[in-house]
Amino acid sequence: MAQLSSNLLYISFFIYFAASLVFAISLLGKKWRKSDEVTHAKKWGRGGFILSSIGFLFQLGYFITRWIAAGHAPVSNLFEFTTFFGMAMVFAFLMIYAIYKSNVIGVFAMPVALIVIAYASVFPSEIQPLIPALQSNWLKIHVTTAALGEGILAISFAAGLVYLVKKVNQEKASKSTFWLEAVMYTLISTIAFVIIALSFEAAGYSSTYEFVDVNEQQTTVEYTIPTLIGPKDASFVSGNEFGPLVEAPSWMKGEKAAHKLNTLVWSMLGGLALYWIIRLILRKRIGAALQPALKNVNEELVDEIQYRAVAIGFPVFTLGALIFAMIWAQAAWTRFWGWDPKEVWALITWLFYAAYLHLRLSRGWQGEKSAWLAVVGFIIIMLNLVVVNLVISGLHSYA
Amino acid sequence: MSNKTITCECGHVNPYGTEICEACGKPLQGDLESKKLLNMRYEGSARRSQTYKTTIIDKVWNFFSSVKVGIWIIVLLLVSSAIGTIFPQEMYIPPLSEPSEYYREQYGIPGQLFYDLGFHNLYGSWWYMLLIAALGLSLIVASLDRFVPLYRSLKKQRTIRHESFMKRQKYFGITKVEGENPTLSKLKEVLRKKKYHVKEEDGHLFAEKNRFSRWGPYVNHIGLIIFLIGGMLRFFPGMYVDEVLWIKEDETKKIKGTEEAYYLKSDGFILETYDNNDEKFKDAIEQSGQEVVAKNYQTDAVLYKQVGDRIPGTEPELEKVKEHPIQVNKPLKFDDYAIYQVDYKLNELQSMTFTMDKKDSGESFGELTIDLYNPKDEYKLDEGYRVEVMDYFPDFEFNDKGEPTTKSKIPNNPAFILRMISPDHPDGEVAFVAIRKNLEPLGENDYKMSFQNVDTKNVSGLVVRKDNTLWILGIGGAIFMIGVIQGMYWNHRRIWIRRKEDEVWLASHTNKNWYGLKRELETITEKTGIDMPQDQSEQK
Repeated sequence: MAQLSSNLLYISFFIYFAASLVFAISLLGKKWRKSDEVTHAKKWGRGGFILSSIGFLFQLGYFITRWIAAGHAPVSNLFEFTTFFGMAMVFAFLMIYAIYKSNVIGVFAMPVALIVIAYASVFPSEIQPLIPALQSNWLKIHVTTAALGEGILAISFAAGLVYLVKKVNQEKASKSTFWLEAVMYTLISTIAFVIIALSFEAAGYSSTYEFVDVNEQQTTVEYTIPTLIGPKDASFVSGNEFGPLVEAPSWMKGEKAAHKLNTLVWSMLGGLALYWIIRLILRKRIGAALQPALKNVNEELVDEIQYRAVAIGFPVFTLGALIFAMIWAQAAWTRFWGWDPKEVWALITWLFYAAYLHLRLSRGWQGEKSAWLAVVGFIIIMLNLVVVNLVISGLHSYA
Repeated sequence: MSNKTITCECGHVNPYGTEICEACGKPLQGDLESKKLLNMRYEGSARRSQTYKTTIIDKVWNFFSSVKVGIWIIVLLLVSSAIGTIFPQEMYIPPLSEPSEYYREQYGIPGQLFYDLGFHNLYGSWWYMLLIAALGLSLIVASLDRFVPLYRSLKKQRTIRHESFMKRQKYFGITKVEGENPTLSKLKEVLRKKKYHVKEEDGHLFAEKNRFSRWGPYVNHIGLIIFLIGGMLRFFPGMYVDEVLWIKEDETKKIKGTEEAYYLKSDGFILETYDNNDEKFKDAIEQSGQEVVAKNYQTDAVLYKQVGDRIPGTEPELEKVKEHPIQVNKPLKFDDYAIYQVDYKLNELQSMTFTMDKKDSGESFGELTIDLYNPKDEYKLDEGYRVEVMDYFPDFEFNDKGEPTTKSKIPNNPAFILRMISPDHPDGEVAFVAIRKNLEPLGENDYKMSFQNVDTKNVSGLVVRKDNTLWILGIGGAIFMIGVIQGMYWNHRRIWIRRKEDEVWLASHTNKNWYGLKRELETITEKTGIDMPQDQSEQK
C-alpha cells in the first residue's frame, strides 16, 4: 500500500509537469497554433485543466492510500505536510480556474506547486508513528484546513507574479526588475536544492563529524551533501572525506547550525549556477524573456484573481491555522495560545493578509503594489514552512 | 450640529458632510457635470472623521478611524511579533537556566542584545500590550465611523436615482428601445431569477442583492473586539487557574487551584513506546535515530470530591467522582477544570532499605526502610540495636568548601549520616551512607549499613487548568468567522434601471468582484436584449 501510494505521487507529479507545459502552450505556441488565438487558448487551456484535474486525482489517490497504510492522516511530518500543501495549491488553482478560466494563472501556479512537491521529496518519507501530542482528530482537521487556506493564498502569489511579469518595465534595470529576478532566483534555488539533495542521496553520500556543541557536549552530525561549511573545530569521524572548506563562525554553535548553513550555501550556489545557465541561454532577464508571452493577458482580471484568492483564502486560513489550531492547542498543550514560533508566524501571516485586505481599500494599492504584496505574503507562508520548522524550531518541529 | 444639514433637491435631508444624497444619489459636492466616476466608498455618506476635525476628541477619533493608521498598527504588531521569534522566548529556554546568561551563552552578542532589549519576554511587554490595545481602539472607532453612516445611507436609498449618479457609475449604458416594449417586465423577471430584490417606481427599477455582505467587516470587527476582551479577562481573579501537579503512583493529593474541594489519586503512570520492529514504522524509527518513539503517556487517575468541611487534623472524607485515564490530548475534565498530562519522571526513588551488619561475622541485626521523603529520626532494630538519622541530604553533593550539602529536596541522590547503636557501642558509630558509598568519617567501625534495595515510583507531571474566558473567546472567534465569510463570500450588487423616453438607462455597482458583476450583467443583458453597459473606467 505504501509503495502504491508513492507511485501514485510520482505519477501525479509527472502529470502536473505535463499540465504546466500544456498551459504554457495555450499561452505561447505560435508554432503549434492551428486555429485562431481564442480557440487555441480555449482548447489548450481546457487540456491543461483536465490534466491538472487528473493529476490531482492521482495525488488524492496517494493521499488516501498513504492514509490507509499509515492508519492516520498523512499530514504529520514535513514530507507529508509539504506534499499536501502542494496538493492544496493545485486544488485551489482548479477552483480558481473553474471561476475565471485563466490559463496564464496555470502557467505560474502549476510550476510553483510542482516545486513545492519536489521540495517535499527532500524530507524523509517513511511512514512515521504519531507521538502522543499528535494523536488527535484535530491533526487532520487543523492541518488540512490550514494547508488549504495557504494553498488558496498561494494562488494570489501566482496571480501577482503574472501581473509583475507583465507590468514591470523591462526596458531598463530597476528595483522592480531586480526583485522580480530575485523571486525567480529563489524559485530556481529551490529546484537546485532539490536536485543537489536528491543526487547526493542517490549516490549514498554521507560524512560524519564530531564536535563540541553549545552545551559542552560531544555531538556528531551527519552531512548528506558535501561539506563546504563544517562545524567549528570539528573532527572527521567517518564517511566521504571531503571538506570542510571553511568552518562555521564561532557563534553558530547550535547543534545543527553549521549543517543548515551548509545546506543553504549549497542551495544558493546551485541556484546561482542554474540561474546563470538560464540567463546565458536567454541572454536577458527571466522576467524580460517571459514578458512577451503575456502581452495578451488581461491584467485587470489577473489583479482581481489575486484579490479574490486572498478573499477566499483568508477565512479558510483563519479557521484552519488559528481557530482550529487554538482548539487543538487547548487540548494538547493545555493552552490555546503559547507564543510558539509556529503560532506566532501563523499570526504574522494572518496580520499580513489582514493588512493586504485593508490596503486594497486604499487608493493606489491595486495593481503592481498589490502584486508585490501577494509575493511577500507567499514568502511569509514559505518562511513559516521552511525556516520556522528547520531553523527556529519549537513545539511544531515534527520532522 | 443638528442644524447643519444638507437638503437635496429631491427633498431628502442629509447629515452635514454627505457627498452623495442618501436618497436619490445626486452628487452634493463637486461639479455636477463632471464625468469622473463617483467615489462610491461608504456611499459618499457623512463620516464623522471626514466632517469634524477641530477638537481634540475629533483628532483622536480621526486618528483611530483611519484605515491607514490601522494598517500601521497591524504592521507594527507584525514586525514586533516576528522579532520575538528570532530567539526563543524566556518560557521556552531550559527551566533552570538564568536568562541573563543563557541568551549570551547560546546566541552571543545578538542574544545579549535580544535580552537587554527585553525581547525575551516580548509578547508580555507593556509596549506590545499597548499595540494590541491600539488595535482594539482602532477596530472600534474605525467601525463606528463607517458603519453608522453607511447603514443610514443604504437604508434611505430610493428606487429612482439621480441621472448624474447613474452616469458616473463604473458600469453605465443607454439602450434605445422602440415604443412600448416588454423590456422592463422581462428585466424584472430575469433579475428576480438572479436573486435580486427588485423595486419598481414610475417604470424605473432598482435591483439589489446581498446587502448583508456589507456588514461583514463590522461583524468580524465585533468578533475581534470580543476576542480581545476575552483575552483581557484572564487577568481577573477567579477566571484563570494554571497549576502544576506532580503526583506519585498510589498517592492522593489535593488538587491545587480547586479551593481544596477536589483530590486526585494516581493509580499509576504508563509510558508506552512503539515497537521498533513494527513493519509499518520500523524504517521511520530507524531513520529518526531515536531509540524509542513514545506512543502513550498516561496517568490512571481517580478524582475525589471532599464531602463536608474538613476538620483540622483529620483526614478529609472523600467521595469518588470518576476514574479517567489522563492522556495527552485527553484531559480529565470536571466542573470548569481540566487536568492535563504534560510530564513524567520514571523510577523516582521512594525509599531505601538497609540492614545493619557486623563486619567480621557478617551477622545481621535487623532491617530498616527509610522513606526518602519523610525519614524518621530513629529506627529500632533487634533488641539493643537501633539507628539514628543524624543528617539527611536528599540530593547530595559537596559544596565549594567540601562539606556535604543538598541541591534540592528531591531524593535524586540521597545520602545519610547515621549513628549505629549496638550493645558493644552504646554511644554509636557514625557512618556516611549514600548510593554505592559507605564512608566512616570518624574512624573504623565494627558495624556497617548494608544496602538491600530501593523502592521506586513513577511520577506524573500534570497541569491543572481552569480558563473561564474560553467561551468568550469562542463566541468572539465564531462571530469573526461569520463576519469574515459574510463579507468575503458574498458581494453587494446593485443595478439601477431608468426609463427615459425611448431610452433605457442601466447603471450598476458592486463593492467588489467586478468580474463577477460583469458576467452577471452579460447574461442579464443578453436575455433582455439590452446593450451591455460600458466599463467607463476602461474608456480613458
